[in-house]
Amino acid sequence: MFQWKKVFKSVWFFIFLIFLLILWSYFHYPVVTVAVLASALRQSTPLALGALCGLIGERSGVINIGMEGQMLLSAFLGFLVSVWTGNLLFAVLAGVMTGALTGLLLAFMSVTLRIDQIIGGTVINILAFGLTGYFYQVGLSTKGKLQPISLGPLQDIPLLGPVLFNNPPITYLTLLLVLVMHYLLFYTRWGLRTRAVGEHPRAVDTLGINVFFMRYANVVLGGAIAGLAGAFLTLEAVGSFERGMTNGRGFVALAVMIFGKWTPIGSWGAALLFGFAISLQTQLQFGGLITIPHQFIGMLPYLLTVIVLAGFVGRARPPASIGMPYTKE
Amino acid sequence: MLNKKKNKLLHFWRTVDVPVVAVLFSAVIGAVLLRISGADPLDAYRALFQGSLGNISAFGRTLQKATPLIFSGLAVAFAFKAGLFNIGTQGQLLFGALAAAMVGFTVQGVPAWLHIPLALLIGALAGGLYGMIQGALKAYTGAHEVITGIMLNYVAINLTDYLTNGPLKDTTPGNIIARTPLILETSQLPSIGAFPLGFGLALLVALVVWWLLQQTTIGFEICTVGNNPHAASYAGMNVNYTLVGTMLFSGMLAGLGGAVETLGVVHRYQPGFNVGLGFEGITIALLGKTHPVGVILASILVGAMKAGASQMQFSAGVDKAIIDVILALILFFVAADVLIRKILRYRDTKGEDVILSTGWGK
Repeated sequence: MFQWKKVFKSVWFFIFLIFLLILWSYFHYPVVTVAVLASALRQSTPLALGALCGLIGERSGVINIGMEGQMLLSAFLGFLVSVWTGNLLFAVLAGVMTGALTGLLLAFMSVTLRIDQIIGGTVINILAFGLTGYFYQVGLSTKGKLQPISLGPLQDIPLLGPVLFNNPPITYLTLLLVLVMHYLLFYTRWGLRTRAVGEHPRAVDTLGINVFFMRYANVVLGGAIAGLAGAFLTLEAVGSFERGMTNGRGFVALAVMIFGKWTPIGSWGAALLFGFAISLQTQLQFGGLITIPHQFIGMLPYLLTVIVLAGFVGRARPPASIGMPYTKE
Repeated sequence: MLNKKKNKLLHFWRTVDVPVVAVLFSAVIGAVLLRISGADPLDAYRALFQGSLGNISAFGRTLQKATPLIFSGLAVAFAFKAGLFNIGTQGQLLFGALAAAMVGFTVQGVPAWLHIPLALLIGALAGGLYGMIQGALKAYTGAHEVITGIMLNYVAINLTDYLTNGPLKDTTPGNIIARTPLILETSQLPSIGAFPLGFGLALLVALVVWWLLQQTTIGFEICTVGNNPHAASYAGMNVNYTLVGTMLFSGMLAGLGGAVETLGVVHRYQPGFNVGLGFEGITIALLGKTHPVGVILASILVGAMKAGASQMQFSAGVDKAIIDVILALILFFVAADVLIRKILRYRDTKGEDVILSTGWGK
């Protein structure tokens, strides 16, 4: 018997529905549609990167709720290097390095010192908030930010062209990273080991794989990705630094990661959905299409997430050994 | 006799050694940081101390700052016991604060002994019901409480913003700020001398939480569900009820924190006045190792730092943000007690792992 219920619950059904909706809207309001979708992609970038950071750590068994702090600190250092050197490439690298260092700190706390991982993340969050607040200076300015690069003829494809192929570098890099991480996690030896370390570290240890090394490597790599998200904020999106400018994105990225059930593609989809809701909100707010209090439009992305999550996604299963420090016998 | 006394002293030292050393280490590292950035650490710390514990009124300010932290810290700690990470305390606290303000300025002609408890109760209920949404979603749809908590925080910010700028806006002539009217005098929570009554209430509530967790069947069920939901279910406990009930109570604690802040300090609801109090609950709960007494002590410590920060900024010219750096270091050292025990050269460097986060996704 054909199960309609299964169809309604399937992801592909929703993707198809969204696809139809986008096409419909493109034929009626081409300019607005392109603007909303392009902004959705950019809004989703830091969330997708944050989610990638979180999931690679959590797949290996280390909870990371310090992404907010990792992003903030990287955004700050990336910005400072941009101010000092005027070189955006150096600045991005500085952001990535900072992120990797915070990852190293998190790994040291949770793997070596075996501190509770929620505490480890919270330490990074408060530390980053304090350090960036303390060393913040008013009135620093940079010589610009990363500019969009259009990919030649690809840009002329209707709808897809202006949305996908006319973006600044970190946005491209994010799309690439999502695919690379998916491949890495599910089709390579490294990925298999990472997942195994997160599920059953003792078994992996018995087979002679270094649990500590795998966790360190993944958390540091994740930190570097979070650093890229921080660099995105100051060097690509805004162009300057403000106190607490991550504005909860690290926590939303955490939600996005769980929403995507700890998979790169799933998280990316969740990030896109969230980015879409944010850009829709902006469009409704400033487009003057409807006249309801802006706060109600403001809560749209968040309510939407709760409804989608409760109604359609359901129970998420994290890696089995998450949060548990490993002790060698 | 003397030996026994010495033993007792040693025992006492062993229970407080890690926090004390953690605070000392953090202060030293903070001093180095201050020195590097060109400030005088001694000046800064002196001002910090004077602003928080220097005299009776400063001490009162410390207790006042500690009060909401005790509530939100208890809220987070309580949820941890059932394996739930209540990251939504901020939203619950906002609703508690707003609901208490509503009772405060709308209910008229009631004596204070009725008005204050009523406002507190409604505040607690508002926070509790809001927290219960998270619990119910978790129990019946499997939606993760961390996601729903983060999302509901944003919903709460927007909704309270709307209410204070719309239906509940202060209509005093000349007011253009989004805020509610002042609460009536009968609903204001007084201070006895410098001692804020809200702090006493916080201590009382901490005692109730301790009693509930340690001495009752409900507490036992909550801890069992937190440790192993499958075993709890097998033993005949209703895991879903426990999750919803825990979030209700946790939300009530957070809501109560907001209500006490409104009735005792702000005297109205104004967006931007309760920012961070809920989130800091996470820090407090972790610093206090989820024990009610630990939560109280952690709150007083953080409250003192917050109370003294203004004086430090004013008279020593040091940016308040350094407080967060020191707080992060304290949290780190308290959690890393293995490290401290090693530095103190204790023989039994085994230190037990405190793991709160195994409930991440169960």
